[in-house]
Amino acid sequence: MHRSHLDDQRRKEVLRQCLSVGVATGAYGLSFGALSVAAGLDLWQTMALSALLFSGASQFAVVGIVAAGGSGAAAVTTSSLLGLRNGLYGLQMSRLLGVRGLRRVPAAHLTIDESTAVAIAQPERAAQRLGFWGTGLSVFVLWNLTTLLGALVGNALGDPKRFGLDAAAPAAFCALLWPRLKSPDARAVAVVAAVIALVVAPHAPAGIPVLVAALAAIVAGLLPSRGPSDQKYLGGPGTSPDEEPPA
Amino acid sequence: MTLWATVLLASGFAFALKFLGYVVPHQVLDGAVVSRVTAMLPVALLSALVAVQTFTAGGGGLTLDARAAGLAVAVTALLLRAPFLVVVILAAATAATLRALGWG
Repeated sequence: MHRSHLDDQRRKEVLRQCLSVGVATGAYGLSFGALSVAAGLDLWQTMALSALLFSGASQFAVVGIVAAGGSGAAAVTTSSLLGLRNGLYGLQMSRLLGVRGLRRVPAAHLTIDESTAVAIAQPERAAQRLGFWGTGLSVFVLWNLTTLLGALVGNALGDPKRFGLDAAAPAAFCALLWPRLKSPDARAVAVVAAVIALVVAPHAPAGIPVLVAALAAIVAGLLPSRGPSDQKYLGGPGTSPDEEPPA
Repeated sequence: MTLWATVLLASGFAFALKFLGYVVPHQVLDGAVVSRVTAMLPVALLSALVAVQTFTAGGGGLTLDARAAGLAVAVTALLLRAPFLVVVILAAATAATLRALGWG
């Protein structure tokens, strides 16, 4: 087995993607910090959420429920429902990263939508790993810095919607999914999952629609594969092109 | 529940859920069917996330606003092979412009 290796240009490309996702997410950190303080959490509680909970959707849910006068139990439940999908990402990230022992702790902590999306957008194993760690770290640093800034000085930018940032997030996830959608199986899963989520959304609490959409992946896995396979993204032993023995 | 208890409990559960994915033994995940499922899970979850982030309002009801226009522009840019940053900036600019004009 030869060493997995990325040339300089690919490395730069992946790192640029890691950083741009971090910057885009950071803009939301400002908004989170400001909202959290306005909801009545103090600076340390706000920072604890960004450093320890570290999952944007769950954090916004916690401060939203606290601001609305909801119970702590409701805040913890909704936050956890939204966080369940990170556990499902972990199943695949665990095999892509090949982490063992204590390294699973930072890997798990950095397992969020963004790091997963950048990782699965890369075709080579080395780039998948660089994409995961690079995005996880860049989002972690920028998210915490901007949370602090937002909590201290308020949201200087104003409503992120004014800058279309709420459209930037889905566009970024869509762009990261794009290379995977060349496979007909993945395309079918993506479409069915999106439809399921939208059908469920009006009738279920936050977090549930996306989880129910995971059914699309389960059904696709049970059906026999058709068309060109998505094998290189599976991440099983020896399936990654850069782990194949040299010809 | 005090605020601190809420913050720490939510954080503890969040980490436990993330960690769960890493403690499932690899032997369990190595079967052909389970491999296909776990490989497709991020695709399904992220695609569902895009749909929810674009087409739902605060309470979960479906809605069509400037975000949908942003996503449509992003998909067009992707079909034209635009690079990642261009796609994201075009989507944000589309939504921001439409809102500045008073729509969505």
